[in-house]
This record gives sequence, C-alpha cells and structure tokens, in this order.
Amino acid sequence: MSASAVVTGLGVAAPNGLGTDEYWKATLVGRSGIGPITRFEPSSYPARLAGEIPGFVAQEHIPGRLIPQTDRMTQLALAAADWALRDAGVEPGELPAFDMGVVTASSSGGFEFGQGELRKLWSQGSEYVSAYQSFAWFYAVNSGQISIRNGMKGPSGVVVSDQAGGLDALAQARRQIRKGTPLVVSGGVDASICTWGWVAQLAGGRLSTSDDPARAYVPFDAEARGHVPGEGGAILIVEDGAAARRRGARVYGEIAGYAATFDAGPETGREPGLGKAIELALADAGARPSDIDVVFADAAAVPELDRAEAAAINAVFGPRGVPVTAPKTMTGRLYSGAAALDVATALLAVQDGVIPPTSNVEPAADHDLDLVTGEPRRLPVRSALVLARGHGGFNSALVVRAV
Amino acid sequence: MSPFTLVDLKRILLEGAGADEGVDLDGEILDMEFVELGYESLALLETSSRIEREYDISLDESAMADVTTPRALIDLVNSHLAAAA
Amino acid sequence: MSGRRVVITGMEVLAPGGVGVKNFWELLSEGRTATRRITFFDPSPFRSRVAAEIDFDPEMHGLRPQEVRRMDRAAQFAVVAARGAVADSGIELDSYDPFRVGVTIGSAVGATTGLDQEYRIVSDGGRLELVDHEYAVPHLYEYLVPSSFTAEVARTVGARGPSTVVSTGCTSGLDSVGHAVELIREGSVDVMIAGATDAPISPITMACFDAIKATTPRHDEPERASRPFDGTRNGFVLGEGAAVFVLEELESAAARGAHVYAEIAGYATRSNAYHMTGLRPDGAEMAEAIRVALDEARMPGDQIDYINAHGSGTKQNDRHETAAFKRSLGDHAYRTPVSSIKSMVGHSLGAIGAIEIAASALAMENNTVPPTANLHTPDPECDLDYVPLEARDQLTDAVLTVGSGFGGFQSAMVLARPDRRVA
Repeated sequence: MSASAVVTGLGVAAPNGLGTDEYWKATLVGRSGIGPITRFEPSSYPARLAGEIPGFVAQEHIPGRLIPQTDRMTQLALAAADWALRDAGVEPGELPAFDMGVVTASSSGGFEFGQGELRKLWSQGSEYVSAYQSFAWFYAVNSGQISIRNGMKGPSGVVVSDQAGGLDALAQARRQIRKGTPLVVSGGVDASICTWGWVAQLAGGRLSTSDDPARAYVPFDAEARGHVPGEGGAILIVEDGAAARRRGARVYGEIAGYAATFDAGPETGREPGLGKAIELALADAGARPSDIDVVFADAAAVPELDRAEAAAINAVFGPRGVPVTAPKTMTGRLYSGAAALDVATALLAVQDGVIPPTSNVEPAADHDLDLVTGEPRRLPVRSALVLARGHGGFNSALVVRAV
Repeated sequence: MSPFTLVDLKRILLEGAGADEGVDLDGEILDMEFVELGYESLALLETSSRIEREYDISLDESAMADVTTPRALIDLVNSHLAAAA
Repeated sequence: MSGRRVVITGMEVLAPGGVGVKNFWELLSEGRTATRRITFFDPSPFRSRVAAEIDFDPEMHGLRPQEVRRMDRAAQFAVVAARGAVADSGIELDSYDPFRVGVTIGSAVGATTGLDQEYRIVSDGGRLELVDHEYAVPHLYEYLVPSSFTAEVARTVGARGPSTVVSTGCTSGLDSVGHAVELIREGSVDVMIAGATDAPISPITMACFDAIKATTPRHDEPERASRPFDGTRNGFVLGEGAAVFVLEELESAAARGAHVYAEIAGYATRSNAYHMTGLRPDGAEMAEAIRVALDEARMPGDQIDYINAHGSGTKQNDRHETAAFKRSLGDHAYRTPVSSIKSMVGHSLGAIGAIEIAASALAMENNTVPPTANLHTPDPECDLDYVPLEARDQLTDAVLTVGSGFGGFQSAMVLARPDRRVA
C-alpha cells in the first residue's frame, strides 16, 4: 500500500485576497479581484482587464537581498510558501534537509523580469543585461528559490503544462511522498501581467475583450467570450499521511486520485481527453462518481471548450448530477497558479462544508450543469474533483478527500 | 572626475543587490568582507557591471576576483578612474 | 508495479556536429569538437563569442513549411528527434492504448530564441515599453508557454497519456527521462516518448551568461574553447540540440523483439538549497543523488564502468562533481573513466542531459568510452581519469550520468545492461 499524501498547509496569493483567510472570505461572498489593468497603460490593447493582486509589497514579505533578483511571480511564490509552512506548523530548519522537496508548476517563468532585460539588451546593449537574468526568467526559478530559502534538499522538480500544470505538480509531489520523501512544498504561482506577456497571451486568442469586470469572464454562460488573465496561485504543503499524523498536524485532506490525458488534434475528430482523465482520476482515488460532492471546473469560457467540459462532466456524473463551481471567475485564470489555487479552495470547501460560488455567470441551459452561482452552497463536502486544462491539449484531474 | 566613494558604492549595491536585513550598511563596513555583508559572487558581478556602465570603465577581471571588501573595491574603481583620466 | 523495469528501445539525437545517432557517435568516438565562432548572429559585442551550433535544415528533416513557421527551433528539434526515436524503436504506437502512451520533454529555457526575436519586433528594437500586439506572430503563445513542445511531440506521435514539459534548468534532460521512467514503473503508462530539447543560442542567452561570466571568453581558438577538467578551463560553451527516447517496460520490449539499448536502472534528483548559480565545493548533494540512484538500481558503486560527467568546463562545476564522485564512489572513482562530451558538443542547457543519456547508452552499445576533448593541462583539483582526447575501448555494462543545474538541482541516472545480475 502506498503512503497517503495529505495537505497540511496552504499559502494563497490571489487577486481577491492575499493570504488564505482574506481569499476565502472574499470568495464566499463572491467578491472579485478582476478590474482594469493598472500595471501598465492598457488602452492600446484589445483586452484591458486582469485579476491583479493589489497591495502586495515584496519588501514586507521577503528578504531585501532577493528583491532585485526575482520576478514578481517568484516574490509571490516565496511569500506564499512562507505562509503555507507557517500554516502547516512546519519549521524547515528543524527537519532533515533531504526529507523536504519542492515541486512547482510554471508556465511562462519570470516573464516581466525577462521583458526588462530584453529591453535593455535591444535598446542599450548586452552589457546592460542583469546578472540575475539567467535564472530570474527561467521556469525553474520558483522551485529553486523556495528550496534555497527553506533549506530543502530533497527531490524537487518543475512541470510546465500550461494551466494543467498546477495539478501535475501536486501529483508529482504525491509521487515523491510515495517514494519516501516526507514533505514536499508544491503548487504554482504565476504572474505575467506585463505588456510583453500580454501581447503573447493575446496571440493565444482566448482573452476576453470586454471592459465590464462583471461580464468579461463568464464561463458556461451563453455570453462566454474568453477569459481574463490573473496573477497569483497557491503553495501547498504536502506530507506523508502517517508522518503528518505522528506530529499531530492539522490535515486539510488527502490527494486521493489523479490522472492526466492529452487531446488528439482537432483534425482527428476524436473526443477531447478530459472525460478520460476524470474516469482515471476517480479510479485512482477508488471513488465512484456519487462519492464526489463538487467539481471545480477548468472554466475556459471559450464556448466550444465550455461545451466539451460540460459534456465530460455530464458523461461521468449525469446531467446536473453534481454541483460544479468555478471560483476562478473572481480571480481570472492564473495559468500555472490556477489549479493549485482551485485545490486549495477545494480543501477549504471540505474543511468548512461549503461550496464557493461561480460569480457573474448566468448558466446557459444547454450545458446542463448544476453550476453553483450567487450564494455559496452549504453541504458536507468529503470529496472534490478539480479539473484543469492547458493550452494545446493538456487535461488533468485531481481528487481531494477528507481524511 | 570626483573619486568613487563608499556613498556611491552603497547606492549601487542597494540598486543592484538589495540589502540583508541583518546588516547596517551605514555602519563601519569599509573593511568588512562582502560575504559578511550578505553579498556573494553574483551580487558582486551585478555591482561591478553597474559600476562599469555608470563610470565607463572596464574592471580587470582577475583583480576583481581578488576583491573581498568595500575598501578594496573602491580602491580598484579609483585606480581605473585615475588611469582613464 | 514496482517490479517494472524500464528500457530504452529507440533514440534519436540532434547534436552539434552530429545530427543523427550514427553521426553523433562518430563525432564522440573520434573526439572531434563542434564548437565554433557563432554564425547565427554577429557575436562581436559579446564577451563569449563561441557556441556549438547545429547546421539544421528543418525541411530536410521532414518538417512541413507550416510546422517550421509555428514552432520555435527547440520544438522543431524535439519533433524531429521524437519521430526519429519512434522509427528507430520499430514500435507500432497505433497498437497501444493511446492513453497509456505519454510524453515528457525537458527544456531549460523553452522558446527563448523565438521570444528574443519576436520581442525585438514587437518592441521595435527595444524602443517600446508598450509593445505592439499588431506585430505579434500568431503562435507567440506557444513560445510563451513551452508546454507547446510536448504538445507538438504528443500530436506527432499520437500519444494521449500523461504529458508535460519538465523544466529544471540544466538537469531538465535527466529529470524529464527520469520522470518518464517513474510513470512507467508506477504503471500509469506503458510507453513514454521522453527526452529534452533546447535551442538557446540567441543574443539574450549570450548576454545573460556573459553577465555572470559563466561562458568562456576564449574565442581565439573556437574549436578548443570547451575544456572540461582542464587546468585552463574558464567557462562553458553554449550549445543546442535534442535527444528523444522511446522508453518501455522490459518484458513487453522483449516480447516484441525490440532492440534494447539500455535499462534505466536508477534515477534520483536532489537540491543543494544553497545558491541559484553557485556550488559548494564538497558535492554533497550530487553525491546523495548518485547514492540514491545506485540504491534504486540495486547496484554497488563499484559496478559502474564509466561516468558520463556534467563536465561543463566552469571552474566550480568540475571541482564540485569531482568531489561528488569521490564522495559517492570512494576509491572506485579513481579507477573509473570519467568524461565530458560537452568538450565536443558544448552545453545545450536542458537538452544536454538527454544527449548525455544517449552518449551513455551508446558507450555501452559500442563498449567504448567517449573522450574529454581539449584536455591537456592537469588541474590538481580534478584528479580522476578523464579519458583525455581519445576514446577508449572497454567493456561497459553500467554507466552513471549526472547533471547539475541553476536552481541547485543535482541529478543522477544509472544505465545498465538489462541482463546483468541484479543484487
């Protein structure tokens, strides 16, 4: 029997709340963090809204020496990792260094930092490029910096599968726990709300061009018209279940099942792989569809992707067969941070017995989903299924369960 | 050209490498080791490259490799400034 | 499923001076170097002006014009290498459940080259802070998020199982293949298309390594610029390339009569938790990764016949890993040939770990240890047998290959003949 992997700590940095408590309160009352972009002047771009994290002052959260060498997404990740460790009651210095690993997801690395250095390179010359550029931009930076700051020498890693990455990282954390590492810091935090990141995201063709924060990102709505990007995510402390029990840790829940699939190209006419990922994740968790109390949807808000997701959910659970929610309607899509935040949210739902709502959405009847909108829905939540899809065909599904 | 001073160095260090919370850069730091001040090799590379750009000099790489204190770095910069004058 | 053993049954390599497995091995076994003055752009403003470039014509390798247009060079390498590896293995992927065939591609820096070029355009040469989306290419999102590399490979081979990009800096190649091995062992998949790619030879990459003096400024003799373990070494030479493997479970490979290059018997990664770019001289964390990889392979260290080193040619790296070999293998380190193929093909960041796995497997296949080129001047701190200049014929049944990367990652992998005695 494999060791169980449980989550004992959460660190959240979200557009509608910095820190788990603030985020969870905002999410339950449906308060959104989406608004007009302030980080740069957005008027010349077709999409002008984002989920920015207000009020994060890096100097208040991370050592001064790290600030010039880190992108905003790394600063957020370092802070979130600190909060998660504190929440778990873990003092990394007191544990054997090889017993702790770090596995994060990334999607575009420290892209804003990279933009600054590219600009210096092309406008001033190569000698102006920072000594930190070689690692501040690259995808491995958050795992590396978290490991260094906390003295964690165990197996670490970084996965990139666009928005599916947050789940893939947590699955890899579970794998390391099963192979014998007692504690893994995992999750994903992302931020690329800079003009260069914006232009690259626009090229992806999935951004909403609405200027109305209440209507711009409305998955499963008849007016779904693309998404609003956001920044942030969550860092989770994943531990061996037996070890967590021994130290008397508070346990949010278990990572009970996971699977990932990839879509065949649209030209093949084959069904997308999300439904298969759900089936395999449930089987991995040893769960029946009726065991699942809520589904956290990927919620692309692109009509055909919404249709595919609704069809995949309904194929397993039946039409309106399970409550579905997408609290990311209040944060925007956070890329590698999105699914990690959804897992944190699912664990909070398990803890408090409440499903947070999907904000602003008028569910289109033809999706046949029991979408939780308006008010949060109070009911015992023992198991939650989290879905995530990455651009290009990545599908991941993860089951969390109360222990 | 006015000489390169500790004030200049502190400004460039702060811009390029920040400061360790446990260190008082306004104290007696001239002869302290950079490592004690929280600045490792990468911070010194960034600092030397900022000095080179701002003062339009090219610090000798092997001499720079031997620099371990603010005083030694200030002296090295000033010797290059004098040579360039 | 812990009994599942994973073997390499197909491979393809795109390396500087050695595109294709046969050419790659000829380059290595003859000790030739592929480093040269950079031709992709004018390198004269840079401190380091040499690189190991591939003369690569994508259409000659079967990529269609639209594929060439939409893919960054690194993605092109990965797709060509994946198709080659599948062909080499003789595997009929159509006969497998596509959900049990996965893909992992490692890359340290993703589409940096494409992003560098496109940034220059949308920013009008760095003049615009508000970069102009009207000038963006339609596939810029695929450059932004390098999971597109894996997506391209998965589509080209028809894989629908768990797929991702592994990006752990310069250990990405080892970690990508190591991750794939874990997926087969745990029973999530039956076949993995796994490897790594990087095509980083671009102004922004040269500039970022110039800034930390990590690359060699020795540009007067480009072909002799990469000098791992040599007393005169002063930095690495940037390279590019890809290697992709077909990995499958030993019994099913045997059942279909596949040629087996090697078993991946053990793998581990650890972190130094010390510094994003610096290494402590004692090599303790790499030694720990080696120890765990050997343990997983159930192999005593003295059965290692050859160590394929990271050997980047920086002062600190070569000293660091020499210490790690002694720390993990004891006296056996002194009796074991160690070499760095980066002396010949340069350092292709995330790709090199996979290329070095290929070199390790080929060393076993040919019972020949590739040399460390350009090694003329001993360094008292590097006192092992580094196989200078000329390849060496010797029976090679088990190989240790290691990597070390920015971020503090230290990885080790043990390859062995599957018919060896397992303790």
